[in-house]
Order: sequence, then C-alpha cells, then structure tokens
Amino acid sequence: MSRRSFLRSASTEAKLLLVGIPVFIWTMLPIYHIFLFAISNKDQAFGGKLWPEHPTLRNFAIVFNQENYFLNHFWLQLWNSLLIAVAVGALTLIVATCAAFAISRLKARGGRTVMNLALFTYFIPAAFLAVPMYKAMGVYGLLNHQWALILAMVTIAAPYSIWVLKQSSDKLPFELDEAARMDGASPMQLFRLVYLPLMAPSLVAVGTYALLLAWNEYLYAFLLLSNDRDITLAVALGHFLSADDSPWELLMTTGLIYALPPAAIYYTFKRYMVGGLTAGAVKS
Amino acid sequence: MSTLALPKVEPATPTGAPKKRLTTWEAWGYALLAPYVVVFLVFVLYPVCYGLWLARHPESYVNLVDDPVFETSVINTIIFLVVAINLKMAAALFLSGFFVNTRSWIKWLSLIFILPWAVPSIPTILSIRFMLNPEWGVVNQTIFALTGLDGPNWLNDRWLALSMAMLTHIWKSLPFWTLILISGRLAIPAELYEAASVDGATTWQKFCFVTWPSMRTLYVTSLILSMIWTLGDFNSVYLLTGGGPADLTHILATLGIRYLRLDQVDMAMATVVCAMPLVLPLVYFMMKRLSR
Repeated sequence: MSRRSFLRSASTEAKLLLVGIPVFIWTMLPIYHIFLFAISNKDQAFGGKLWPEHPTLRNFAIVFNQENYFLNHFWLQLWNSLLIAVAVGALTLIVATCAAFAISRLKARGGRTVMNLALFTYFIPAAFLAVPMYKAMGVYGLLNHQWALILAMVTIAAPYSIWVLKQSSDKLPFELDEAARMDGASPMQLFRLVYLPLMAPSLVAVGTYALLLAWNEYLYAFLLLSNDRDITLAVALGHFLSADDSPWELLMTTGLIYALPPAAIYYTFKRYMVGGLTAGAVKS
Repeated sequence: MSTLALPKVEPATPTGAPKKRLTTWEAWGYALLAPYVVVFLVFVLYPVCYGLWLARHPESYVNLVDDPVFETSVINTIIFLVVAINLKMAAALFLSGFFVNTRSWIKWLSLIFILPWAVPSIPTILSIRFMLNPEWGVVNQTIFALTGLDGPNWLNDRWLALSMAMLTHIWKSLPFWTLILISGRLAIPAELYEAASVDGATTWQKFCFVTWPSMRTLYVTSLILSMIWTLGDFNSVYLLTGGGPADLTHILATLGIRYLRLDQVDMAMATVVCAMPLVLPLVYFMMKRLSR
C-alpha cells in the first residue's frame, strides 16, 4: 500500500518535472544568453559554449568607461532613462491621483465621461497612437526634446493609472468622506489627510507601473528623440543594430545593465504589482 | 451605502438649466479633473484629429492598398492574432494548472518564470535575434553540433521569421497571462474539486466541468485584451526582423511606423485608420466589460 502511494506520488512528481524543466529552459534561454555574452570576450561569445572558458568582466569595464563608438554617451543615456522614467512616474501619479479623486470621491460631473475617454485611450494600442502623436509633437515644436517623450509617456500611462486608482478608491468607505465633511474639512484636507494615506499601496503600484513603462519604452523614445545626447538607453541599444559588425557582447552587457533596475524594482514591488495591477487588468 | 454622498442625479440638460454657483466641492472636482482633461485634449484628441485630417485624401488609401507590403502586413497581422494568441492563451491555461501545485520548487520556478515579463523587451528580443543568427547564433551551432547540417537562415525567410516573431511575442507575454489565469484558478472553491473527486471524476472531467466553466469569462476577456495588445506589439517584430526580409514580416503596427520613417505621413495614418476595424470592436467589447 505505502509502496503504491509512493509510486503514485513519484509519478506525479515526474509529470510535474516534465512540465517544469522545459518551462525553466524556455524562460531562461534568452536571458542566460545575455548573461553569457556579458561575461565572454568577443571570440568566446561566438563559440556557442554553455560557459566561457575564461569568464571576464572586461565588457563591463568597456561599457562603464565608454570605450566604444556605440557607448560614447553611456552614462548620459543611462541618466536620461532615469530622469525620464522618474519624471513620467511623478507626473502620472499627480495627474492620475487628482483625476481618480475627483471621479471617485468628489463625484465630479463629467467624471464618468472622462473615465471612459481614458479607458478608450488605454485600449488603443500605443503603436497606432504613435503616428498622430509624432506629428502633433512636431506641431508643438517639442520633437527632439525630452519633454516630448515625458508627456507622451504620461499620456499613455495615465489612463490605466486613473482606472486602477479609481477602482481601489471606490472601495474606501464613503462614511470617511462624510465624517470629514461634517467636521468641516475642505476638499484639499480630505485629499491630503484621508485619501492619500489610505491609497498609499495603490499609489506605489501606479507610480512603479508608470516608471517601468517609461524606462522600458522603445518605440516612442526612438521616434521622438534623435540626438545622441538626448536619447534613452533603450534607443541606444537599438542603434547597435545599425551596423553589421556590431559588438554584440557589448550590446548584451549594456542590455543586462539596462534590464537590471526594472527587474529589481519589479521584484521589490511584486506584491503591489500583482495585487494592484493584474487584478485590475482583467476583471472577469 | 455609497449612495449617501452621490449628488442628486439630474437629467442632462445642456442648456436651459438654471445657472447655479459652483460649490467649493464641485469646483475642486473640476479643478482636479482638469490636468488629465488637458493631457487628453492636447496629446490624444488633437493629434488624432490632426492625423485624420492628414489622411483625409482617398488617394492615400488607394496608394496604400496598391502597396504590396500592405496586403502582406494585413495577412501577417491576422496570422499573428489567430495563431500566436491562441497558442499563448492555451499554454497559459495549461501552465496556470501547473503553477497552482503547491511545491516549493514550483514556487521558485514561478518567480523565474515571470522574468520575461519583468525585464525590458529590447535586450531580450535582441538576444533572441542573435541566437537565431545563421552563422554564430547558438541555435544553428547546436543544430550543426547535433546533426552536422547547417540550420536554416531563420530571419531570412518570411514564414520562419514570422514564426520566430510570434514565439518571441509568446515568450514575452506568456508569464503575464499565466499569472492572470492562476488568479482565476485560485478563485475556484476547493470543495468543487473535492466533490468531483468523491464522484470519481477524472482529471479531464474536472477540467471540463469545474475549471473551465468557472474560468470561461476570464479566459475570453483575457483573449480579447491580449488581442488588442498584440495588435500593437511593435517590438517583437521590429526588433527581431525589422520587418524584413524584403518587408515581408511587417504587421500593421510596424507598417505605420515604417511609412512614418519614410516621411509618408498620410500613408502612415491611412494604415492606422485601416487597423481600426480590427481594433475598435475589441475595444468596444472591453469597454462594455469594464464599465459593468
């Protein structure tokens, strides 16, 4: 009897492994490939080995010292990425929190319409909005200014942020607002003293979402910015493709450096990201 | 409970309503709504109207349809939607069943599994691009080591390249949808499965009569949302194949940008307009779902 149950549990375990191992390989292959290139010199990177004979940190030194044509402005571009991501996170947070508060708590007239417009914007794929946005930025004279990218990303990040904030804001008990009003609180006091503290977890989730969206963005960044000193690291990575004999090991090294901060942020705020955002994304 | 603070619902009377002075609360309501409304007007409404005005000439559409790349792109887009999304969602449904198993190694695996979604797409897509390099890529080197034959030139053939773009897309977005479907599975009461076990149901019967009925709505919603996002998936195609070889792997999202880069703005806008019959019904469906 115990032998049979042992066999059965062993076969269940085997079946699970039969799924788990391919899933692991499938997931890790492109990521490990980046890592492998980053610690290999050029000849070994192309050797197709699972682990380089002489792992080296030379590539990182080259990137950090900007010793390659493609990396002339590495630190500046990293800084641009950071600056733009933080600006988009902060601006989106301000715009979205105000709008969600007005719609959900103040029941501003027209709030529902605004919410619908925002949702509509959210659902139109950003790649299609990019064409008219590019032309409009030209009209505004913002092309090749970082403000163009910041404002475009706020436009893209805000709708979903408003929606998530409205959803969680609707869950706060209305008695709180009533009590605050009875005590003679002004709207701004309600906003600062009651609303913001209670909404803190959602605000973290939304701020992180907007920040990561901006840091990871490629299409808008490469359309709206062109000067080597203005572009983000994402665009700089794309530039490696312009030559046939690009230093792929340096591209991968830079890519690894570029990918680490968002991954770290994602895992740090995973609880908020998964709880706050995915639940909102698909309501059954 | 929440109706306490609701303002009295007045019938919409755009004109003729007696002009009241705004209360402080109403004034603040408008003031706080204003930043987003300004963003919407300046960066969504005006650009869209301006874009439509640029694409007002019928010749743009005639030229677009005459361009063979357009037809290719439409076909590619539809293949992408039908094949990639169904594969992805079926895999996500299957894997969500795998990841709800409570084992510590599965918990660890689920943390790793989310990586493609957590890291930016540019480095990983470029990594896949190099893996598929015909001479130095690890894929063809493995094929050569195992069989002694030269592997195919993956990104130089329309169907191979398009398949690889779809695989890239699936690799990137599978974790997200698996996560969504896991949350759906976890919401199913365990008693249902226990009752089914008592009645002697097989694994397949449990799926058909317990899991699927509970998850159907979530699955369909996910499918539609995933379609909308896939329609706009610029990166998977552009960064992997650049639309090549010979512009054979463009999808509508990359085609619009291609025209834009060639300074043919009217054609770019016409492409966007032509994508709308695909996008708008899906958007309408999602709006209905969400505003319930």
